[in-house]
Amino acid sequence: MAPDAEAVAEQVFTALSDPTRRAILAALASGGPATATDLADRLPITRQAIAKHLGLLADVGLVTAEPGERRRVRFRLRSAPMQVAQQFLAALARDWDGPLSALKDHLDRGTADRPQ
Amino acid sequence: MGFPDRIERVVEIARPPEAVWAAITTAEGLGAWFGDEATIDLRPGGAVRMSWNDGPTVEMRVERVEEPTVFGFTWPVFGLPEDDPRRTYVEFRLEPVGTGTRLTVEETGFAQLPEDAYGKAYDAHREGWGSELGELVDHVHGT
Repeated sequence: MAPDAEAVAEQVFTALSDPTRRAILAALASGGPATATDLADRLPITRQAIAKHLGLLADVGLVTAEPGERRRVRFRLRSAPMQVAQQFLAALARDWDGPLSALKDHLDRGTADRPQ
Repeated sequence: MGFPDRIERVVEIARPPEAVWAAITTAEGLGAWFGDEATIDLRPGGAVRMSWNDGPTVEMRVERVEEPTVFGFTWPVFGLPEDDPRRTYVEFRLEPVGTGTRLTVEETGFAQLPEDAYGKAYDAHREGWGSELGELVDHVHGT
């Protein structure tokens, strides 16, 4: 059964609340799939800490593990949960108040211009 | 719950429903308060295109036209890829109040989650990019 949007958004925001996990996700987003060793070379974080966080991110479906070169596991960002979280942000970012007051102003101006 | 599916606003306007209707359903009206430029094909299934001088162009699809009481359209969820099937539904409802209009705007669908949104479809899409890039490489190499 598919998890609900609320549960997915919560997992994404929980993952993003930690600076180490943000750094890992950002590195996967900007550079593509990578192994824990690749990430340890790029980030000021130990390989052990990266492996721990990658395991956690894989458990909640934010990254997937896949076979890489030399039998190393590569991790890849899964964009689907991020897009669910994006819907949540879209609801918060939707501004109807600005356009509606512009509509009111537009129609009020129309009244003022019109001979009574 | 925590994930808002619905946004609603009510505003009272000192003009009759006909004037408000024109402002929300004509290219001239929409371009005056909502976007900077608009085109609209006012019938269910018709296209609305709105653009902002300093921003994006948005394509909407007209869903309900009941002059001068209900105008509904769907549009993409801000920030999602253009081909994402999820869209929110916006409905304007107009009620005469004295010589003016009570306008209600309701937008729904922020919390929708299609069956396949979390699973296969997205992964297939992602795989699709991988193989398209592979095809590009083959193409460039002349194979």
